Amino acid sequence: MSFPWAKQYQPANGFTKWIDEKLPLPRLVYNAVGAGYPVPRNLNYMWNFGVLAGFCLMMQIVTGVVLAMHYAANAQVAFASVEHIMRDVNWGWLMRYAHANGASFFFVVIYLHIFRGLFYSSYKAPREMIWILGVVIFLLMMATAFMGYVLPWGQMSFWGAKVITGLFSAIPLVGEPIQVWLLGGYAPDNAALNRFYSLHFLLPFVIAGTVILHIWALHIPGSSNPTGVEVKSESDTVPFHPYYTVKDGFGLGIFLLVFFTFVFFLPNFLGHPDNYIPANPLSTPAHIVPEWYFWPFYAILRAFTTDFIISAKLWGVIAMFASILIWFLLPWLDRSPVRSGHYRPLFRKFFWFGFMPALLVLFICGGAPAEQPYIMLSQLATAYYFLHFLVILPIVSAMETPEELPYSITQAVLHSDKKPVLGENTSPAV
Amino acid sequence: MAEMAEPAAEIPVKPVDATGSAAGDDGVRRRDFLNIAAVSAAGVGGIAVLYPLISQMAPSADVLAESTTEVDTSAIEPGQAIKAVFRKQPLFVRRLTPAEVQEAQAVPLGSLRDPATLEDMTKPGHLDMLVTMGVCTHLGCVPLGAGEGENRGEFGGYFCPCHGSHYDTAARIRKGPAPTNLVVPEYEFTTDTTIVVG
Amino acid sequence: MVRLISIFVGIGFAFVAMVAFVIGVYGWATEPTEKTAEYTFHLYPRDFQFSFEGPFGRWDQVELQRGYKVYKEVCAACHGLEFVAFRNLADLGYSEAQIKAEAANWQVPGIDPVTGEATTRPGTPTDYFPSPYPNDVAARAANNNAIPPDLSLITKARPNGTDYTASLLTGYTDPNTFQIDGKLLRQEFPDFTVPEGLHFNPYFHSLNIAMAPPLTSTGQVTYDDGTEATIRQMSHDVAAFLTWAAEPKMIERKQTGWAALGFVLFATVLAYLAKQQIWAPVKPKNRKTKPNAS
Repeated sequence: MSFPWAKQYQPANGFTKWIDEKLPLPRLVYNAVGAGYPVPRNLNYMWNFGVLAGFCLMMQIVTGVVLAMHYAANAQVAFASVEHIMRDVNWGWLMRYAHANGASFFFVVIYLHIFRGLFYSSYKAPREMIWILGVVIFLLMMATAFMGYVLPWGQMSFWGAKVITGLFSAIPLVGEPIQVWLLGGYAPDNAALNRFYSLHFLLPFVIAGTVILHIWALHIPGSSNPTGVEVKSESDTVPFHPYYTVKDGFGLGIFLLVFFTFVFFLPNFLGHPDNYIPANPLSTPAHIVPEWYFWPFYAILRAFTTDFIISAKLWGVIAMFASILIWFLLPWLDRSPVRSGHYRPLFRKFFWFGFMPALLVLFICGGAPAEQPYIMLSQLATAYYFLHFLVILPIVSAMETPEELPYSITQAVLHSDKKPVLGENTSPAV
Repeated sequence: MAEMAEPAAEIPVKPVDATGSAAGDDGVRRRDFLNIAAVSAAGVGGIAVLYPLISQMAPSADVLAESTTEVDTSAIEPGQAIKAVFRKQPLFVRRLTPAEVQEAQAVPLGSLRDPATLEDMTKPGHLDMLVTMGVCTHLGCVPLGAGEGENRGEFGGYFCPCHGSHYDTAARIRKGPAPTNLVVPEYEFTTDTTIVVG
Repeated sequence: MVRLISIFVGIGFAFVAMVAFVIGVYGWATEPTEKTAEYTFHLYPRDFQFSFEGPFGRWDQVELQRGYKVYKEVCAACHGLEFVAFRNLADLGYSEAQIKAEAANWQVPGIDPVTGEATTRPGTPTDYFPSPYPNDVAARAANNNAIPPDLSLITKARPNGTDYTASLLTGYTDPNTFQIDGKLLRQEFPDFTVPEGLHFNPYFHSLNIAMAPPLTSTGQVTYDDGTEATIRQMSHDVAAFLTWAAEPKMIERKQTGWAALGFVLFATVLAYLAKQQIWAPVKPKNRKTKPNAS
């Protein structure tokens, strides 16, 4: 599970020794995020976002449990109970703004974490399971965030619940009954609000469990690194603690500076004014949009405007779900022997000049009104999105010639490795 | 992570330490200082976060806001009591009969667990108007005796069935586990027959 | 095999998206959408200056008191303020006794203590501002089928809400002479009409708002502090008051923010220095440059 040179946990005194014999929890922590976990020495700041995501999850759970102490999941009083939190509960405004902006920042961190995985191909063998679990976490996060957004019972909450459950009505034959079943009625009301509340409370703990599996799976091959070359010797690694604990601590500080700026000075910047209007089943807001972190997927949903064999609505729904589900296949679609985008010239071009612009367009179009030119731009970007993952990636990875890899991590860092074992450093290490 | 478990007491093996050892005592001390300062700052931040997390459970502003209850006493016959609500708790308003007043006044103060005269428990000029919280001072049950036909205990006042506390006609604890008399809230007569509590 | 299937699936999705694209572009090119009057002549809120704006903002209590007076004497006839209690007026600088007296000026829903029938009673500090209408149906009936929205959150429920409120209140104008950049609304859209019972206001999203101009003349409200009550002044003051009503904790929030940011900045600098110290022995750059430089 770990490298042979990993440091072993030594109980410092009789008490820790006793604990270690009965329940080796300190040993577990030591091996997971302590000195007992050797990590490649060349990780850059893109590797900070895993720990930050863990921090966000904990913060959301803590502030969420606090909010649950004051919130009332009933369509009659839900909106007023949120205002009660904002006005009367001690520090309630802080808890709510931290939770609402915390969701956004959790997604910022997760998107950067996924971006890291995509550029450095962290999903490649032997880390497929880490990637798969990560995609599961992302799907759970999306479900949790969606249900959480319904709880304040404002206009966007209500119409979000209606529109998103309406996605299921696109399924032929059973679609409408499924939507009614999901909502427990014909429109969102108490039944829907209560079940969303229940699941919104439950799912974060499911996420936490999946995160533990994600980290467990990570500790079997160990962390990837910017060169994509596997760890060969002790000189390639440093212990997680103190090297990466302090680096993550610094990263956390930077994160908190940005996060607090939003919480205290721009708390509603990422939200939508319409959600301060109580839910009204008789009037849809002029321009309904999901929260910004769903925009790319919302753009894909809306990009399919033409019936083609099946209805446009069903195309949109299938494409939206497919756009994430195809991530599960990534480890098998990308067959390049090299991981890091730094050594893959052709892949790199498609990544920066194809994939990233397409994603940016999808982000912008998802938040824009459903009118031209946004629709046609999102159609182009959607086409590229699917071509990138399903066509370009398999073909490019099979045909491109990777650039020369460093022999080892140590060599990449120091430009020399005092213990070359194989002599030659031209062959890719994977 | 917010809490960096320990201030890096042991300095791990440096695999690439070619020229390192010249750091000397000075460097080590400065490093320790920085680590301790950084970890302390994280600790202080963690404790600061606890403050709002704990105080959010204290009564909120709407609960703390002083609210008042108005009671019309004109319809209460001697010997009768009514239950009103003051700050979500029961309030007993009872008009004593002359016999009950005498009974209360006859009790020697020295024999009481929580000495108080009937005058202490009522307002001047309204000796027969007993206004108390309907909350047993033992563990907070609502005593019997304010409702018609309820058990008024061995001393004719109130009786708490939870753990058997007996209060007399001046709402003073006479028998049972309750430590003090029923609480008299702050109130005043705005007219001869109207009291405002709180 | 996985890749072969995926290539087909990928081309399939892309093909359908491109079919939609071609049809969409064709439609767009052949029948260009006409710009509507709402699109061309809608105005974004003007920038009014407020003391509470910016990271160092503070409430101006005198201004809030003036705004409260405008709300009480003008807005409250049709608009509720359901999430604000009289006790909250303490933020505006009123004393406990003043609040008690002020609350008693308002009639709030109550129950007759003898008969149990619904009635009204004078307010107390713990009561919330009463709604002018018993329910939505009554509100609709009294207002030409348009419910006057509750104002507790109005400045948060509209984009740029404070400026929007002030702009809207000062924005009523004559549609026959209204122009932007020399373009006359009447000329560009000769068919444009203001329906019966609506009022032209370019700051409202559909240009026609159900609310009649509420502030119509200087001196409509008599300010206690002697400030001249122009329409602009009243609009400004009531927008400030409603901003407070929507977020009474705003100033507390910003001030807490400075303390939090200051502390985190300090801790982050410490963490950075600690990181530099810990990483110094394994950092290649320091190692490399030192021997080279000497």
